[in-house]
Order: sequence, then C-alpha cells, then structure tokens
Amino acid sequence: MTSTPKGPRNLSGIEIRPVYGPEDVKGLDYRRDLGVPGEFPFTRGIYPTMYRGRLWTMRQFAGFGTAEESNRRYHYLLKQGNTGLSVAFDMPTLMGYDSDDARSRGEVGRCGVAIDSLADMEILFRSIPLDRVSVSMTINGPAIVLFAMYLAVAERQGVEFRDLQGTLQNDILKEYIAQKEWICPPAPSLKIVNDIIRFCVESAPRYHPVSVSGYHIREAGSTAVQELAFTLYDGLTYVKSAIDCGLKVDDFAPRLSFFFNAHNDFFEEIAKYRAARRLWAREMKRRFQPANPVSLALRFHTQTAGCALTAQQPYNNIVRVSLQGLAAVLGGTQSLHTNSLDETLALPTEEAVTIALRTQQIIAHESGVANTIDPLGGAYYVEWLTERMEAEAKAYFAKLDEIGGMVAAIERGFPQGEIHRAAVAYQKEVDARERIIVGVNAYAEPEEHRVPTLRIKGEVEKKQVQKLRQREKSRNVKKLASALGQLAGVAEANGDLMPAVMAAVKAEATVGEICEVFRRVYGRYRETVSL
Amino acid sequence: MRVRTNRPRQKVKKLRVLIAKVGLDGHDRGVKIVAQALRDAGVEVIYLGIHNTPEEIAASALQEDVDAIGLSVHSAAHMTLFGEVLTLLKKKQAGDIIVFGGGIIPEEDVRSLKKMGVKEIFTPGAPLEEIVKFVKSIKTTSREVRGGRR
Repeated sequence: MTSTPKGPRNLSGIEIRPVYGPEDVKGLDYRRDLGVPGEFPFTRGIYPTMYRGRLWTMRQFAGFGTAEESNRRYHYLLKQGNTGLSVAFDMPTLMGYDSDDARSRGEVGRCGVAIDSLADMEILFRSIPLDRVSVSMTINGPAIVLFAMYLAVAERQGVEFRDLQGTLQNDILKEYIAQKEWICPPAPSLKIVNDIIRFCVESAPRYHPVSVSGYHIREAGSTAVQELAFTLYDGLTYVKSAIDCGLKVDDFAPRLSFFFNAHNDFFEEIAKYRAARRLWAREMKRRFQPANPVSLALRFHTQTAGCALTAQQPYNNIVRVSLQGLAAVLGGTQSLHTNSLDETLALPTEEAVTIALRTQQIIAHESGVANTIDPLGGAYYVEWLTERMEAEAKAYFAKLDEIGGMVAAIERGFPQGEIHRAAVAYQKEVDARERIIVGVNAYAEPEEHRVPTLRIKGEVEKKQVQKLRQREKSRNVKKLASALGQLAGVAEANGDLMPAVMAAVKAEATVGEICEVFRRVYGRYRETVSL
Repeated sequence: MRVRTNRPRQKVKKLRVLIAKVGLDGHDRGVKIVAQALRDAGVEVIYLGIHNTPEEIAASALQEDVDAIGLSVHSAAHMTLFGEVLTLLKKKQAGDIIVFGGGIIPEEDVRSLKKMGVKEIFTPGAPLEEIVKFVKSIKTTSREVRGGRR
C-alpha cells in the first residue's frame, strides 16, 4: 500500500486548505451574490426574518404497522412538540401493491404503515385536524392514489382543500436515480405528476405538490455536489414539464419544495444549502423568467443522513445527529427530521425518537443559533465553498443539458453511474482508513453495545390482510368496477387523472387495484442493471 | 436483466456467487458495492439487481449453479424473505448452497436467521474486507459437500 500525502478533502472530494482569506472571495459581490435574507438570490435565506419569525417545523418521519398504531405514534409525537407530521408508508404501498399481494409477503407494515384503502387512511388521520397540522407524505409512484385518499379524508373531516398545507413527495425522477421504488416508466409518471400539480394550483393552493428530493440520492452514495446538482436539475425538469403541459410558472413554482440530506461534513453541508438557494434562484430566473419572486425561492426540508449512522456504538449517533441537525439549521432549513440512534438496526423506538426530537429542541431553544440569520454568511471559508459547490453543480447541469435532459440521462444510466462510483470511492476510503468513522474503523470496541429495538409483530400482516378481505366483501362491486373502468378510460385517453382517481378511492378501490390500472395502461418500469 | 461476467467456465470451477436484493425495497447502494468488491476479488458474481422474489432468487441460483447466495434487505422483511429462500432451496435439493446477507437487521434477528440456516449477516459498517474474506472462505468448505449434487 503506497499512499501519497494528500490534504484533507470534504465528502465531495474538494481539497480543503488550512485557512481562507479575503483573496478567496475576491469576486464576491454582496448584493449580487448574497443579498439580504428574503431577497434574490436568497443565499442567506428565503425569509427576511427566518427563525426570528418562526422556527423551522420539527417534522419526524414516522409510520409502521397498521394505521391504528401509526395514528397513536402521531398523537404521541404531536404531544411531544412535533410541529408537523410526516408519513412513512410500507414497501407494498410504496410500490403500489396491496397487503395480500404475493410480492407483499413479509413486508406489510414493516418499514412504514400499511395502507390499502380509504378506510385505512381515515384511521391514520383520526383526530388529526388536517387544516391545522401540516402533513408530509413520502409517496412517489402511487402518489396520486394516496393524495386522493388524503383529500377524501379531509373532505370527510369538513376541511376545505384550500386550507390543506402539507407536502407530497411525488418526486419520481429521484426514484429512477436512487431510491428505486417505481411503478411506470418516466413519461407517464411525469404526466401523473403534472396532473397533481395542476389540481393543487386549481384547488389546493397551499399544498406542496412535489418535494424534489436529494436525500435519497445522497443516501445512495452520491457526493454533496452530486446531491445538489441532480436534485436541482430534477426540479428544473419538473418545472419545464409542467410548463410544457400548459401551466404557468408562477402558478406552481412558489409551491415546489425541496428535501436535502444533512451528512457529516459540517461546513460542506451548510455551503450546499446556501449554494442550492442561490443556484435555484439564478437558474429559474435564467430559464423560465418568473414574475413572482417567490417562484425563485428554494424552500427545503432536511433529514439527517441515515447512511452516516453506525450500528457500532449506536449512542454515538446522537452526537452525529446533533451536528448534522445543526448544519441544517445554520443552512436555513424550513423543516427538519433528526434520525434516531437506533435506525441502523430497525425502525426507532419511542424513546429513541424522543431523544431525536429533543435534539432539535435543544438546537432551537438552547444553542442561540436561531437568533441570527445566516450567521456564517461572510465567513471566507463558507463563502468560498458555497461558490465552489455552485460552480461544480453547474458543471453537472451543462453535462445533463448536453445529454438532453434528466430523463435521457436516467435512461443512459448517467446519474446512477456517477452515484455508484462515488459510493464505491467512499467505501474504499473508509476501508483504507483515509476517512475515520468513530467506532467503525477507529476506536472500535470489542464489546457490542446493545440497544433495545422496535419489534413489528408478525400478526400485522395477517390482520391487515384480513381487514382488506373483509372490506372487499362489503364493497359495491358495480360502483367499483365502473370507477376502475372509467379510470382506465381516462388513462388511455391521456386525460386528467385526478377526478378519476378520486372517484376510484371513494368507491373503495385499493392502492393495488388503482396501480394495476396504471401498470396495464402505462406499463411497468424495468431498470437496466448497471454495475 | 442479468449482468454477468463473460469469462469462460474454467476446469477448476471458480467460486460463483449470486448477489441480489430480495423483496420490494430498492436500497441497492450496499449490495452493488459488495457485488463489485467480490468481482474485484476474483469471485464470479451474478448480480440480479433489485425487486426479486424468493422464487426468482432460488430459480436463478439453480440455473446459474452458484455456490452461494448473498441477499440484501432493508425493508425489515428479512425474516420472511430469507426464510422463504432457504425453504425453496431445500425443496429443490439445493440446501447446500450457502446463504448469507446484509441490511438493516437487528441483532436478535441475526441470531434467529443464523439458527434458520443463514450462514452470516453483515450489518451497516461491516468492512468490505470482512465480507470478501467470508465469501472466499466458502469455496473450500462447500466444495466437497456439493460433490453429490453435481
């Protein structure tokens, strides 16, 4: 093993010098490149008052077992000071299968909540006022189905659509790139995304129809620069696709939001969030010329990096999450999920989640960092790094433009390949101890620390399947068949899917039945494996 | 949907391992890194990709005549999915194929899986070197046992 002495590099491979000074930010113009918070290019934050006006939303992602169990966890989280909800669905729901599908065996309620039909959704949000609690739903391929169910629950609660203020992840591009839970190929999937955006523009103007997500891209092994570049480029792709189908940029762009990862390299993450705001504002202006300045402002949710946690010495994860959460706050996030210490082992226990939530509360109320907007603005290193990350992301934009856009790039396996190479390089660095991970490749202890883990009981699947079969028996078969038939007709005619899906969920069609229509009409997506 | 190395079968059979994700989750970062590391270490790797059912895994394992199967699960469905693969292999008189895996798997389940017949489980943070070493050790132990089936 020969190793040439190298200076330290951040997780994007950018070499970091021992000190930075005025010459490193020579080109920086305060008004042009930073601006006051709340103004173009929004480098310092999207609101003039930031956390002085309102703290970020503390939104812990949760869901497991049956709708009843998850509903109980939501009430617990709200009681503990969680200020928004975030729903985790189980794997069958994410892939558009019912709990009794052969492919769902062993997966029901395991890593999220099992939702088959509207009745489950009603239980999930029982006694949660949807006009007051903002709900984020991590759902992509079948997003339109779960959104329709959510709307139907709101209706039954007597809540007007215009008062709904949640977020639908609904970011299918990053599924092909990184997360890999999909149903149909890109073209029809983007059409479904547009139908949802259009519905929100017309009927639910406070709701965020797409959360463009870099989180999963990073978890799949990308660098911070790749996360930044691919995510913003996905965002630009949605904007273009919505404009191409007749929507006006200012009608929907103010309701787009983003979702980033908070990984280990503290300043790199902060620079990433600042660069994201500036680059988004500039690219949106250059490419689409919106009239409303809000269309240029990048709002984002952050989750600390699951992939940065270790199974070894799990209590160390609390410290990692504190630093990652702090970076997100210093980077100006609008909402935050802090991971629990036990998440490399299983879904978190209630105790572990509470510590994670308390971590945010300590950052918010004890550390003093929320008092000042963009407190690191002007620091030579941070400004230099912000510029560098923006420049490297722009280089990716140029490459993606050249390939012919993100869909073409995905089909060619370009982002997938870049991410895989970065993941391999990172693992090699860790294995070679060029990167120290405490408790893993340094300071390891022979004795394993045990932490209690959450157990999902096997009977969840049985119970859910029984419930599903019972409900299926009591449905109005004629009404159901007609709703599904109409949906297929609309899909084949390339019409607006929202009303047809709404009608189908109200006729008690299941997630699997509706997605089966999509699979039949639009086809299934198959990945070309690249290794 | 299959990626395999194009090397001709040698006289002295090279260690052949099927690597795949089983079940519905698409978290393939780890499995791809492991597949590549094994290939780099000279193991013949058949990488099946994501979203495989236990039936598809067992059928491919037989068709490809592998010595071992490495499975990744991040959806907490490991007890069922590993269990089904083991049962199917036994049913097809291929219970001698070594099954190992990795993912988000609590310690308690690691113990149960081993009791069921899973040879080894690697959780987050496991060094690649350790995984490669484990797989390379399969060669000698399983070769004689498998003589009967060939």
